[in-house]
Amino acid sequence: MKFLKIIAWIALVALVVIQFFPVTLNESDTIPQSDFMLVNKVPATIKNQLQVSCYDCHSNNTDYPSYSKIQPAAWFLEDHIKEGKDELNFNEWDTYSSRRKNSKLRSIIKQIESGEMPLDSYTLIHGGARLDSTAVKEIIGYMESLQKD
Amino acid sequence: MKTVTRTIGTMALAVTMVLTVSCKDGNKNEPAAPMSNEMHQESMDDKDDMAMSDNQDAKAEAILNDYLNLKDALVGDDNGKAKELGNALAQSLKSFDASNYSDNEKSELNDIIEDATEHAEHISESDIKHQREHFKILSKDVTDMVAITGTQAKLYEQFCPMYDGGTAWLSKEENVLNPYYGSQMLRCGKVQREIN
Repeated sequence: MKFLKIIAWIALVALVVIQFFPVTLNESDTIPQSDFMLVNKVPATIKNQLQVSCYDCHSNNTDYPSYSKIQPAAWFLEDHIKEGKDELNFNEWDTYSSRRKNSKLRSIIKQIESGEMPLDSYTLIHGGARLDSTAVKEIIGYMESLQKD
Repeated sequence: MKTVTRTIGTMALAVTMVLTVSCKDGNKNEPAAPMSNEMHQESMDDKDDMAMSDNQDAKAEAILNDYLNLKDALVGDDNGKAKELGNALAQSLKSFDASNYSDNEKSELNDIIEDATEHAEHISESDIKHQREHFKILSKDVTDMVAITGTQAKLYEQFCPMYDGGTAWLSKEENVLNPYYGSQMLRCGKVQREIN
């Protein structure tokens, strides 16, 4: 029993200690000129939906929920955001070559079509991020209009 | 006993800390630096076949070969092998150097390589359905690359009207074996163009 008690104490101490490790928050006040919304004339409804459903992980600015400041949740999020931005960063849209834009558009369409994005783990907590069938259709239609041969 | 548990506990804590720190480091990776654009070739840029060393062509051929092997793995419905080959292709793409080409070709090639590398990397970590989705764009990238670099090989551009609104790929054989459907519809497609 003593053994378990020690383990529990260690876990507790570890949990407290990790709170002191700072997380680099994905926050930025400025929207670069290369942003998807600035480069393209995005209709307002789609703009809002993209902002809510995609920009938290696919841009330089995340609208953090309160639980995200507590470890280890913060690391979990940090990882997701890093991966998301590596794949696609809407803020850097215009820095992609036209070939890559087409590739990205295609991936966006495929991922939304198949329901892989936004992630289930994300929409579970952010109900507003879930895309209903109308939103899916609208976004896909819009993304297709941007594709070039 | 007490000391043992203490030691284990301290070690666990230390490991947690080390992991934490290394995690942080890993996350600090900034996007890759832009390709350097050395201009020292300027005077002999255009149409200078001499500058196109054997080595240069060899790298393009290596990419093409990896691509064709990957195509065969997809024809054989082999997800695991396609992952390996996707990885190999990504490596070949990364070692490509466009500096001996003219400015226009250089920027086109760099775009192609950058895009293709991303698709190859995805192929190295996806299920077969996604691998095929990425292979479609990869095929376009490699075809466009070959149009610039040329190749020793005789190639057949083949086309399947059924996959994703019509999709092409490259093969060394005239005989059609479909990488997008594999055994499900192996013969779907036709030769639409011969290269060389």
